[in-house]
Amino acid sequence: MKHYDEYRDAELIKPLVEELHRSVTKPLRVMEVCGSHTMAIFRNGLRSILPDGLELVSGPGCPVCVTSAPHMDAFIAMADRPGVRVAIFGDLFRVPGSNGSLANASSRGARVDIVYSPMDALEIAKNNPDELVVFLGVGFETTTPTIAATIMAAKVQNVQNFNVFSTQKTMPVPLNALLGDPELKIDGLLCPGHVSSIIGAKAYQPLAEKFGLACVVAGFETADLVKSLSMLARQVATGDIKVENVYSRVVNWEGNPRAQKMVYEIFEPCDTDWRGLGVIPGSGLKIRDQYQEFDAQVRLEIELPEVEEAKGCMCGQILKGINTPQDCPLYAKRCTPANPIGPCMVSSEGTCAAYFKYGQD
Amino acid sequence: MSDKTILLDHGSGGLASQELIGTLFLKHLDNPILHSLEDSAIIEKQSGRLAFTTDSYVVDPLFFPGGDIGKLAVHGTINDLAMRGAKPICLSLGLILEEGLLLDDLEKIIISIAEACNEADVPVVCGDTKVVPKGKGDKIFINTSGIGVVADEINISSKNAKAGDAVILSGTLGDHGITIMTRRAGISLDGDLKSDTMALHGLVAKLLAELPDDVRTMRDPTRGGVATSLNEIADASRLSIELKEEDLPIRPTVRAACEMLGLEPLYLANEGKMLLVVSGDKAEQALAVMQSTREGAEAKIIGRIVEGKAGRVVINTPVGGSRVVTQLHGEPLPRIC
Repeated sequence: MKHYDEYRDAELIKPLVEELHRSVTKPLRVMEVCGSHTMAIFRNGLRSILPDGLELVSGPGCPVCVTSAPHMDAFIAMADRPGVRVAIFGDLFRVPGSNGSLANASSRGARVDIVYSPMDALEIAKNNPDELVVFLGVGFETTTPTIAATIMAAKVQNVQNFNVFSTQKTMPVPLNALLGDPELKIDGLLCPGHVSSIIGAKAYQPLAEKFGLACVVAGFETADLVKSLSMLARQVATGDIKVENVYSRVVNWEGNPRAQKMVYEIFEPCDTDWRGLGVIPGSGLKIRDQYQEFDAQVRLEIELPEVEEAKGCMCGQILKGINTPQDCPLYAKRCTPANPIGPCMVSSEGTCAAYFKYGQD
Repeated sequence: MSDKTILLDHGSGGLASQELIGTLFLKHLDNPILHSLEDSAIIEKQSGRLAFTTDSYVVDPLFFPGGDIGKLAVHGTINDLAMRGAKPICLSLGLILEEGLLLDDLEKIIISIAEACNEADVPVVCGDTKVVPKGKGDKIFINTSGIGVVADEINISSKNAKAGDAVILSGTLGDHGITIMTRRAGISLDGDLKSDTMALHGLVAKLLAELPDDVRTMRDPTRGGVATSLNEIADASRLSIELKEEDLPIRPTVRAACEMLGLEPLYLANEGKMLLVVSGDKAEQALAVMQSTREGAEAKIIGRIVEGKAGRVVINTPVGGSRVVTQLHGEPLPRIC
């Protein structure tokens, strides 16, 4: 299968693995920012063949994992309201709030639709004019353009019973905040491929310069990952720190200006709460006043509740790359994919879920 | 196409029910035992031991490329019997219909059930119909139970796997599961994406005829997929299973759809595939038997049973790495990005 097999071919990858082993000449710690990278690394069994001295830590790039408990509780309370129907991406269904999940809300009669695109949610709204259909916007730059396009379509088509509850987040801003933490000692960033297709590889230039951090934009295939790790190791070894792009078949330096323009038209930056990381100024996206009629938070006058994180849950530390799942007292005991306490265990891209699914022995 | 629908009256047990039985169920499913419309079916005495199984079918959409809920109900129950080495004898058919279901759709499903039964030579010998008010069901739910006969010398069980045995999969992974999910997602892909639903008792009979003493375990990896069934076999046998990722047969279209939705083929439901654990020295012979049939034409040896931690399934990846394959936790859900 073109574009998959060519990057998974064992004969192609073996020399890359050997090169990676040669490239790691001193200890280095690399953060894979993106949950899909974490999953791909585990799924390919890469952890079992990494050279000594190369340590991988997972970052905050799983959108479900960084959705705060107050936001989850607000989602669930909204789904429970009569006349409201929420549409979500599948990952969000089982994420626990402080008291249950959307799956629990669904079981007591709330209308929760799993959709594959925000446009599907708009269709549901058109087919159910007596209900307010709210799409829960949880994601990074990858999903924001399609949500923006859907709001534009709702405006053009005058669909008055469609809203978005935006907790959309952006990526470079929290990385900047995170990398300032002296506890986190990172030498290199495996930059998220899909996000970078929108924002461009240049988005990491300030991070490379400010923190002296090796940055490589990577795709999700085995060859991409191994090659990117080699390049990070080589940057660190030679001290030639910069932003490199191994995912040029999808990502360019400037990103996608059309998508960026669409996002800017509908959204503006705002402060937002990240699970485990707290409020990071300017890291969220809220719907602009001109499109307020589509903003569920305004229309339904939603106040975020005060919520305490689950006791003992270390998702916050894990999202920061400071701890690994095995450090958490709940991991694989009280917290499992069947009964997740924290979001890192529930999302298909969550670090704890990856460790649990692929890393057990 | 008629716009006639199922009414609550159709489940009343009165005239409307009789009409439904006569004009629809008997019309398509008729056989002497069902025709008698007695309170229970009498099955003639069989030699060997009886196998008895039941399963319920709820699927959205009802009709999908390669099949429909009716075929699924017949094949699923036949396969549950076959996986214990049983020859299926007969089925029951329980229908729970939602008020408002189109009669044309119901007839299509019954015709499909009849075709599947005829092809498999396993009749429906008793049945029941209930109608629930609109909004209290999801168009149609089907329950099928099945009775089969197991020859005295046959002993097939998940706990019978032995170190050194080979694991064979009768065909490609995940076809049914991904077909249903892409249909729900409204994603249409070019190529051969369709459900693999089919009855496997013919294939099983052939295997047991040729290798009666070497077949240890058979499982149909339906919900939870191959990964979950392998975990169950490893667990029941108190052994480990090693797989080779390159040997897993996956159609390119299935792989592409999985990439798109963030799903793993190993966890997707299959409806017409079986996992066979067979003694290692007869693996090639078993493979040849399977490949000589329509049902097993794409069979492959995908792994082996090894001594090791009980219940552990490991997959060796093309890059020389390895990882553990756990059971499915919860329904597979499409990811965000």
